[in-house]
Amino acid sequence: MEKQFLLGDEAIALGAIHAGLSGVYAYPGTPSTEITEYIQANSLARERGIHSRWCTNEKTAMEAALGMSYAGRRALVCMKHVGMNVCADAFVNAAITGTGGGLVVVAADDPSMHSSQNEQDSRFYGRFAMVPILEPSNQQEAYDMTRLAFDLSEQLALPVLLRVVTRLAHSRASVVVADEARAVNSLSPAEGKNWVLLPAIARRQYEALIGKQPQMMTLSEESAYNRSESYGRPRLGIIACGIGYNYVRECRPEDVLLLKVSQYPLPEKQVRQLAEACDAIMVVEDGQPVVEQEVKVLLGRDYKVLGRLTGHLPRTGELTPDNVAAAFGRRQEQAYGTAKNLAARPPQLCPGCGHRDVYTALNQVAAQYPGARIFGDIGCYTLGALPPFQSIASCVDMGASITMAKGAADAGLRPAIAVIGDSTFTHSGMTGLLDAVNDRSPITVIISDNLTTAMTGGQDSAGTNKFEAICLGLGVEPEHVRVVVPLPKNMEEITRILREEIEYEGVSVIIPRRECIQTLRRHLREKQKEAGNA
Amino acid sequence: MKTDIILCGVGGQGILSIATVIGEAAMNENLYIKQAEVHGMSQRGGDVQSNLRLSSEPIASDLIALGGADVIISMEPMEALRYLPYLKREGWIITSSAPFVNIPNYPDMEAVRAELAGIEHVVALDIEQMAKDNGVPRSANIILLGAAQKALGLEYHKLEQAVRRIFSRKGEAVVEANIKALALGRAAQG
Repeated sequence: MEKQFLLGDEAIALGAIHAGLSGVYAYPGTPSTEITEYIQANSLARERGIHSRWCTNEKTAMEAALGMSYAGRRALVCMKHVGMNVCADAFVNAAITGTGGGLVVVAADDPSMHSSQNEQDSRFYGRFAMVPILEPSNQQEAYDMTRLAFDLSEQLALPVLLRVVTRLAHSRASVVVADEARAVNSLSPAEGKNWVLLPAIARRQYEALIGKQPQMMTLSEESAYNRSESYGRPRLGIIACGIGYNYVRECRPEDVLLLKVSQYPLPEKQVRQLAEACDAIMVVEDGQPVVEQEVKVLLGRDYKVLGRLTGHLPRTGELTPDNVAAAFGRRQEQAYGTAKNLAARPPQLCPGCGHRDVYTALNQVAAQYPGARIFGDIGCYTLGALPPFQSIASCVDMGASITMAKGAADAGLRPAIAVIGDSTFTHSGMTGLLDAVNDRSPITVIISDNLTTAMTGGQDSAGTNKFEAICLGLGVEPEHVRVVVPLPKNMEEITRILREEIEYEGVSVIIPRRECIQTLRRHLREKQKEAGNA
Repeated sequence: MKTDIILCGVGGQGILSIATVIGEAAMNENLYIKQAEVHGMSQRGGDVQSNLRLSSEPIASDLIALGGADVIISMEPMEALRYLPYLKREGWIITSSAPFVNIPNYPDMEAVRAELAGIEHVVALDIEQMAKDNGVPRSANIILLGAAQKALGLEYHKLEQAVRRIFSRKGEAVVEANIKALALGRAAQG
């Protein structure tokens, strides 16, 4: 047994490798990115030839992982919480087909929206698909429970959802890890017709999924990760889920009976026992009040359940040691208040970044068209919404820039401009562009190509070197696919081309292409190192 | 022993390297450690912070409570002020004194200095200038770490060992520059 100082994400990655993983499938997204990156860099993973190349989006990732599971091998899928929306079709139906080799889906939620556009709770997806959910409390559990997740998946022949939040994904602690990794599964493709979800078969398979629910409940009720701790002479019951448990322990509660929950379905037997032993139950869970609502239903109208819905904990935002302590009526003594001389320091585009030149040009040109709207998308360039540029009017979900521009153009808005990054375009922009081409929508699409997935730290971008071909293939007319180099010295050319394409009453694509300043620096450093070693 | 540390600054200033060295030193002391890091969007020139907790007992929360921090180590003076509500009355601020101005509404620097000076235990050093003057221009953050040595309650030679181990893969010249930086910081803490 060896101790390693690991991020929660890295603990999951190593846990998966040690559980006999054959492939990880993922699209980068904070706070999940480091799981795949760890596997990509791990020597045993390389030795074993574990698949770890980035996927185009979360749906292709989920489906490829399901294919690997069909073939009998263990697969891991990782994403940020909103990625669950993208792959929901595949995820929910994977519970109907069932699985072969272990299939574990990691959803990294981001309560408080540190790097996200919402704080949706992935446990809803787990319940929706009726599959087991695991929610580790700390880095050691993240490692151990990843192995458990694969075992549960193979025992139940179902995908298992492993849910973490930012504060576990991105926090380091010592983790005791196994000395040896389990062997990978051999190839053993599924037999029979269960995977063909024609209505007649799907109905049977759905019955089978329903039939597994009592076994899932028993596994939860008997799980070592759902356990009770008693302090003093308990009057208040606490249900602490995932990392909520840490904050409860941090404020050393007195006279409470604490039920730690890290495996779902919610263990009903323990919840009922807790209710019988106590006058009221407080639910401490990070994210949305999933368990709180479930406990209310389970215990009925007359039992007192406290939590986010009753205002004992804030309705929005992540748990902190402070708001959990306050829920118990505690208040840490504060020596100092908020400083007087303080200004917000929002993130901004790096000096020298090509997106800066794109927005400079767009602002110049858009100023000449009073009705112009620029629809934004998800990436570093979303920062174009903030000063000094304040260029974009929207940012909703991956790919929405193109389709929203199209819809607005359909409504009569002129000029409708979309700004989307290279990686976001291949993730979810291509299909929208095809819609626009088929409709001959008068939109101008800017694919701001920095040759990488920059915001998450510079991962490979699926479409690099293919964008002109993709646009032409989707039917954009060759004379309206324009490539420029976003540099201040080219401003005249860029603004001229922008004006020409805005004036065109059809689909235009302009591709400003210049490498991300961060990856450029990294590549230069690597080159210097190589030259030094040679 | 229990030390709760907030490391802060502006994205790209190297606060995680400081955390890595402290973490290495603490691991060697067989202390429990939790280190909540900042990744993702917030790194792009915005304010960043990391919570680092060391203890001889197991640590529950990854985050430090308000009023609970023993030390704030900041690469930027206004950023040190941002986390003031987390500082204990008897806690220390170890900060760079040179402002990093990348926003149009940066507050009056004299007022920032005066507010910092009003806190009981403050070490403010122009670490960038010290680094340049002493021929270790890339080790300003390790000067700051040296200046935090007493406040951290870690023995100097343990920090030195950790610096050696962390930077060893970058070559002897880098190791020596950072050892020198650590000593400069230590001497400056008075």
